Amino acid sequence: MPLSDSDLQSIWLTLRLATVVTTILLFLGTPVAWWLARTRSRWKGPIGAVVALPLVLPPSVLGFYLLVAMGPHGPVGQLTQALGLGLLPFTFWGLVVASVFYSLPFMVQPVQNAFEAIGDRPLEVAATLRASPLDAFFSVALPLAAPGFLTAGILTFAHTVGEFGVVLMIGGNIPGVTRVASVQIYDHVEAMEYSDAHRLAAILLIFSFLVLLALYLWRPNPKNT
Amino acid sequence: MDSITARLHLEWPGFTLDVDERLPGRGVTALFGHSGSGKTTLLRCIAGLERPREGRVSFQGEVWQDAHTWVPTHRRPLGYVFQEASLFPHLTVQGNLRFGQRRAAGSRTGLEQAVELLGIGPLLGRKPDRLSGGERQRVGIARALAVNPRILLMDEPLAALDHQRKQEILPYLERLHDTLSIPVLYVSHAPDEVARLADHLVVMDAGRVLASGPLQETLARLDLPIRLGEDAGVVLEGRIAERDARWHLLRVECAGASLWVRDTGAAIDHPVRVRILARDVSISLTHAEGTSIVNSLQAKVVALGEDSHPALALVRLQVGTDAGAATVIARVTHRSADHLGLAPALAVWIQIKAVAVL
Repeated sequence: MPLSDSDLQSIWLTLRLATVVTTILLFLGTPVAWWLARTRSRWKGPIGAVVALPLVLPPSVLGFYLLVAMGPHGPVGQLTQALGLGLLPFTFWGLVVASVFYSLPFMVQPVQNAFEAIGDRPLEVAATLRASPLDAFFSVALPLAAPGFLTAGILTFAHTVGEFGVVLMIGGNIPGVTRVASVQIYDHVEAMEYSDAHRLAAILLIFSFLVLLALYLWRPNPKNT
Repeated sequence: MDSITARLHLEWPGFTLDVDERLPGRGVTALFGHSGSGKTTLLRCIAGLERPREGRVSFQGEVWQDAHTWVPTHRRPLGYVFQEASLFPHLTVQGNLRFGQRRAAGSRTGLEQAVELLGIGPLLGRKPDRLSGGERQRVGIARALAVNPRILLMDEPLAALDHQRKQEILPYLERLHDTLSIPVLYVSHAPDEVARLADHLVVMDAGRVLASGPLQETLARLDLPIRLGEDAGVVLEGRIAERDARWHLLRVECAGASLWVRDTGAAIDHPVRVRILARDVSISLTHAEGTSIVNSLQAKVVALGEDSHPALALVRLQVGTDAGAATVIARVTHRSADHLGLAPALAVWIQIKAVAVL
């Protein structure tokens, strides 16, 4: 039985959301991870904890605060209105902003671990070979942390695909705009369309399994490095 | 003007570095001391890898650090060899060599010379994990040279290697010593490496400099050997004067002394360093007959000093004439010194049980 148009639409929307969020987080999460890995500041603990919050916070709580902040009276909402962007909740870009926060630890933590594993030495070597700190970051730290980036990218993508609570809080359920696959499944179940729910749920299940399988198969054996 | 000056004060929990030194701008200067003596920290400060709050570092008149100046490591014209070669694992040997050479705008010929000097031509296409420990360290040294540095800093480049690998690299280091015109700072805790490679010796302990001076003079001081323990001894420089083919011996002519050593295959007239440990030197008042000891020399007592154990004394002796004299240190018991009546200016004979050719 083929997928319905609305199912396909939700899958397409989900993939688009996950791709955009992963891309943004690559640029946003990398400096945060680098700072957390290298700093001796006393702010390391608090900032690290804030980054990790989405791991333990109920998505509805995170979604609620983001909704308030991005709403007409929230600081973010007033900013976006002043910039002429309108309000973010119940739009695709609202979902993107929320997902970026929600998936932040999945990008930052593996990358931070990879940076920490490199240690000081390769960067010191680079400095003695005339590489400026920025040069050393791109020519030494990034290549050495590549496996960490792969892990982080896959986890972030998969985690965004699997999002539900935050989406409902921020995006609601607008077809083609915010109705992602997980919400679509919820709708099917609400409407007692169990066979439709099954199809879509199976696709997500297989996708998640394949992603994790790929991660475990590709992860380089630390003994060989 | 052609030297390195370092005035540094650095305090860490449980460790204080307090140094005010002027190091020669040529030859190999060994920073020697036990672990925790601060020798590596001093080297890292000179490289700019540590930044002590107070300090002044200058090189050939250029200020690298003072109250108003801080030149970051990547702008200091130095080469640095780490204890573990620390090659970049994501690059081939060639990539590692080119990394610094490109950024320093070092010449291709400089790189080729470094490759040639360290004999790593056949390894260029390999990844670091396909190299032996000795090969890795040779690449590390070549990589540091490929930036065309004006000074080479080496932090115990042999410490992580076993005896055999060490022997494999030492000849390359000697070639560096003979061919490089730039000064080298060489951190080591191994007396044999220092005796073999250094021209100038800085002895460090607990973050301070105990002694600093030309190698032979510094080794011949009586207050330092206590720190060296079993390794106390002197280094003499000479050249091969004669080969005794029948007994497989070479005669080494040093200033003030002529010594027979095992034939190492070195050519006649070849410059050579020999090392005589204090424990291998014995003293008698008359020329001993009927002994198996080959090297027996006339000498004059210069001074006596205490050794690490209360039973032992160190005797500083001068061999040869005033025109060409060498200093040798002997380790004897206080009882023997007393029986023989050893005192400054006394003429004696010394027997040298072993002479190591370095």
